[in-house]
Amino acid sequence: MTPGVNPVGAVDNVHRLLGHPSDLKGHLDAHGPLNVAHGRDGSWQQDLVTSLEASGLTGRGGGAFPAAIKLALAQSAGPGGTVVVNAMEGEPASDKDALLLTRTPHLALDGAQYVAALCRAVRIVICIPIGRDSVAMAVNQAIMARARYRYAPVREEIVRPPGRFLTGEESALINWIESARPLPVFRPDKGAPLRIGRRQALVHNAETLAHIALIARNGAGPFRARGMTEEPGTSLVTISGDVKYPGVVEIDRGTPLWDIAVRSQPVEPVQALLVGGYGGTWVGPAHLGTPYAPIPLRTIGAAAGAGVIVVLGKTSCGLAESARIARFLADQSAGQCGPCVYGLPAIADDVAKLARGEGSGEDIVRLHHRLDQVDGRGACRHPDGAVSLVRSALAVFSSDVAAHGQGHPCPQWRKPTSLRFPRPVRL
Amino acid sequence: MSGMRIRIDPVACEAYGYCAELLPEAISLDEWGYPIVDDRPLHPELVALAKRAARDCPKRAISLREKASG
Repeated sequence: MTPGVNPVGAVDNVHRLLGHPSDLKGHLDAHGPLNVAHGRDGSWQQDLVTSLEASGLTGRGGGAFPAAIKLALAQSAGPGGTVVVNAMEGEPASDKDALLLTRTPHLALDGAQYVAALCRAVRIVICIPIGRDSVAMAVNQAIMARARYRYAPVREEIVRPPGRFLTGEESALINWIESARPLPVFRPDKGAPLRIGRRQALVHNAETLAHIALIARNGAGPFRARGMTEEPGTSLVTISGDVKYPGVVEIDRGTPLWDIAVRSQPVEPVQALLVGGYGGTWVGPAHLGTPYAPIPLRTIGAAAGAGVIVVLGKTSCGLAESARIARFLADQSAGQCGPCVYGLPAIADDVAKLARGEGSGEDIVRLHHRLDQVDGRGACRHPDGAVSLVRSALAVFSSDVAAHGQGHPCPQWRKPTSLRFPRPVRL
Repeated sequence: MSGMRIRIDPVACEAYGYCAELLPEAISLDEWGYPIVDDRPLHPELVALAKRAARDCPKRAISLREKASG
């Protein structure tokens, strides 16, 4: 038997997150009990670590950090901690965690139980932002059913942080849980464990935990049977923008970007894809065949981020949309670090000016200079995301930059946005 | 290469700018007055000044650390 395989595992052996039963009875029929109590000698824990290592699973919240390494570090940081299920999903263009928790809440909750057992955590906190009420209701119902049948050994509770872009940043989330301040914290050593009081806090994205739940039961095999050899498994991706069918899809990792985008049926010829999220990267026609996986994406300067793909059609102005995103990101600054507080609005102003056709060549030079100045200078990565977005816009829409910069903006810049924002963004 | 490096806490920093006056060799200011630090190890002759910059920072936003690499 493969290490970590639960004898009463999934009914079929195909690794997938979507399409599982949403109620506890169906979940039990399909997967069997959690079985985290057995193996107090540590053999079960070792099997899970081995399976996770073999699976090659990486975090699905944006960091893409290997799950096995993160858990090995957590195991050594001592018992009594909290597993924090991060379903904050502050990216306006992302729906994957909300969908996952609504459709199949038990998977992510099980993943949290496995992590808790592995690291001897005593509490599981599921963070669902204010405003995502239907998600909270689905998870609450799941938790009540689990409590009724004494299914879950570690206590599970929902908390409702404010639904701002940055609240899901892990240090901000812990800060909120501890002291009600949803602000990122300056951490000189980003690898050091986060803590609530003196106990460690293990923050995992909801999707990552759902994968862990399946790997814990079925071993690494079914997970590795999906995706590419060097980039195994599946990923949830939210597709939006100029498409007929926006929504969440589960894709094999390594699927070319274009193949993912066409699933949602673009409604017009495509000029670029926004990959990763609003703090992500524009990808132009030359790179649409890039496999959706960290390493190939990195070679074109992109990242999977929060699993977002926005399709930009030919009738949209990439600079105008980028200006709106830059403004949104500036507005979402936590207001703590000078380079972010002053730099992001200045950058957003520059891009908006360019989009309106009022920017000169000098303005473009200054914008590049500002991007260089702001990059990497916040306590968190928020300013870096804005820099990445704008830099990629200047590269991918370079012919627009030239035309707009000479006072000849494309007529499309006045078109209403195809992007999703929590509230209208001025240009 | 080993050596002292300057680290700024960007949350604490409020752009007083004394550090850049004391240590222009390693610290410059951006257009909003916030310090941009040269990430390379400090020249040994500058360490005393860097310590003073850390001590004199009104927001205690500067720290020095010994670091082996990157």
